[in-house]
Amino acid sequence: MTGIDWLILGLYFAFVLGIGVALKGSMKTSADFFLAGRAIPAWVAGLAFMSANLGAQEVIGMGASGAKYGIATSHFYWIGAIPAMVFVGIFMMPFYYGSRARSVPEYLRLRFDEKTRGLNAISFAIMTIFSSGISMYAIAKLIQTLHVFDGVLQRLGLNSSWIFDFAIIISAIVVLVYTFLGGLSSAIYNEVLQFFLIVAGFLPLSYLGLKNVGGWSGLKATLGPSYTHSWAGLSHANTNRLGVEWFGLVMGLGFVLSFGYWCTDFLVVQRAMAAKSMSAARRTPLIGAFPKMLFPFLVILPGLIAIALPTQPAVPSHARVVVGAEPPGKGIIPLKLDATSGQPMLDKDGKPQLDYDLAVPSMLLHYFPPGMLGLGLTALLASFMSGMAGNVTAFNTVWTYDIYQSYIRPGATDAHYLWMGRASTVFGIAFSIAAAYMANRFNNIMDMLQLVFAFVNAPLFATFLLGMFWKRTTGHGAFAGLLAGTAAAAIHHGLTLPAGAVVGIKGGWLAVTHTYPSEMAQNFWTAIYAWSTCFVVTIVVSLLTRAPEESKLVGLVYSLTPKPEEEPLAWYARPASLALMVLAGTVLLNIIFW
Amino acid sequence: MGIDIRLPLGILFLLLGSILVVYGAASNPSLYGQSLGINVNLYWGVVLLAFGALMYALSRRGARAETRAENIPQSPRSSGH
Repeated sequence: MTGIDWLILGLYFAFVLGIGVALKGSMKTSADFFLAGRAIPAWVAGLAFMSANLGAQEVIGMGASGAKYGIATSHFYWIGAIPAMVFVGIFMMPFYYGSRARSVPEYLRLRFDEKTRGLNAISFAIMTIFSSGISMYAIAKLIQTLHVFDGVLQRLGLNSSWIFDFAIIISAIVVLVYTFLGGLSSAIYNEVLQFFLIVAGFLPLSYLGLKNVGGWSGLKATLGPSYTHSWAGLSHANTNRLGVEWFGLVMGLGFVLSFGYWCTDFLVVQRAMAAKSMSAARRTPLIGAFPKMLFPFLVILPGLIAIALPTQPAVPSHARVVVGAEPPGKGIIPLKLDATSGQPMLDKDGKPQLDYDLAVPSMLLHYFPPGMLGLGLTALLASFMSGMAGNVTAFNTVWTYDIYQSYIRPGATDAHYLWMGRASTVFGIAFSIAAAYMANRFNNIMDMLQLVFAFVNAPLFATFLLGMFWKRTTGHGAFAGLLAGTAAAAIHHGLTLPAGAVVGIKGGWLAVTHTYPSEMAQNFWTAIYAWSTCFVVTIVVSLLTRAPEESKLVGLVYSLTPKPEEEPLAWYARPASLALMVLAGTVLLNIIFW
Repeated sequence: MGIDIRLPLGILFLLLGSILVVYGAASNPSLYGQSLGINVNLYWGVVLLAFGALMYALSRRGARAETRAENIPQSPRSSGH
């Protein structure tokens, strides 16, 4: 990185911190801090809704999947996000926003009971801390591998091996300062800033790369149809790169996992709850869906281009990447090296593995001269920080309202909860840092934790769907369904194994009764079993237990809630019109990239 | 509550755009071999400047509308054309 790149990065830091400072004065009540005073305009909340999910792991991971699986990765957007974003905006937001619940767990208490809320709040709080730590670890590892920021340590007279610690501490401090000062408002406004920076940093990359490989037709000619079609070959798991058949993809990813995340995860739903009116809250996910629909061109396409470029070990001199000395990978993606020996890592067939996570960073270094490189790396850091701030603000709210106020210290003054919000921001980030170091030392524990989180999350959407649309659903039913769904996920995982994997963390730890063609297929089917079990158990237990009083469910259940009044909006700005437009656009994209 | 994010957004992109345009215009053309001979700093800097200017203008217009609304709260809504 040269002086100009540092200038751009410094400017970004100054602005995100400046927004925190500017908002400090308006944090007077806990609602200002945790709910942004419910005063955020729809377009701001919409971009933040999308941006909070756009962590660095997303940007890096989607580029990596693009290089690995091709344009079929866009299923994670077009099937795996858009329909759920439309659903939460049109059908679920009236209950989230209308109930005046301050968090998703609080909605569960209003609708069901204390134990269902407790289960959700505690598991969510733990998961948030660990996911934030894991992504912190991933980005610090990436910065370490890239060596782009090493210069600053050398100038300070420090050993460049400290860059891992340096990256974690600096980014944590910046996020801490701006969320501590301005709470959710600060996180949301910064997510908007970060969103535009990500677009500004990645758009020229896709353009230059595509121009270089001769456009989409050139890419098709180089990579062949398996990389450039999203649906062709999905009739059977063995005829596409994902190793999944269409039913598992549509039901597992498109229905269970996608709706489970976008419709129930407080990290994203919190952005809509902060909107200034019911209509703004409903439009929040719909507005976010428009850029979401187009993001494959910014984050997946660079991965495809990276694998399509002629294999060349040479790297630009200013980049100081060490991969140049190693045997070439494929395209501009280097081989995956063992951290201790420095030797290429081999897969089960003895072939060297590619380090797909370096696809997007390699593209930045390949195409961007000083200046643009600074903007591109700033975009990468911006995505990391927006994802982390999303976790932090969701954690401090659930901790303060759903755990501290409910179980530890009810009935304190509002000023006390505002103070607790700030305190939990500090220790939430401290725990995340601890989790990042844990991931660095004990990678296996982290893999196992992520697996457990997946089991806990898989059944969630069944509970919300029944809770919002079937008034007979009871608290006992919801609680039993969630536990049964999580158990079903664990049992299914314990009984199946992806092809070629070893029994253990990948599955089969009870007995191997079925082998899936890929890990992705196993994940999708685990989710399908978990959801179905939760759905059935919730219904059965609800019918066996006493029906809830209908008067208490007004505003929480579809059939007992009056239709939300439409604000006088232009026809194109109404929730239903936005939903139709974004769905039509998604169908069109699926047809184009069939 | 809070701020009109379009103002800081506009200022940030005006600054980023200016930096890239100035640097792009002053830098050695040999720098752009890796970006296919295109001076990305200059051209993308112009785009960022335009975006920054648009956001800045929108935020100013928003601020003026707000001041008007505060000054004459009783006035009937304009009929528009």
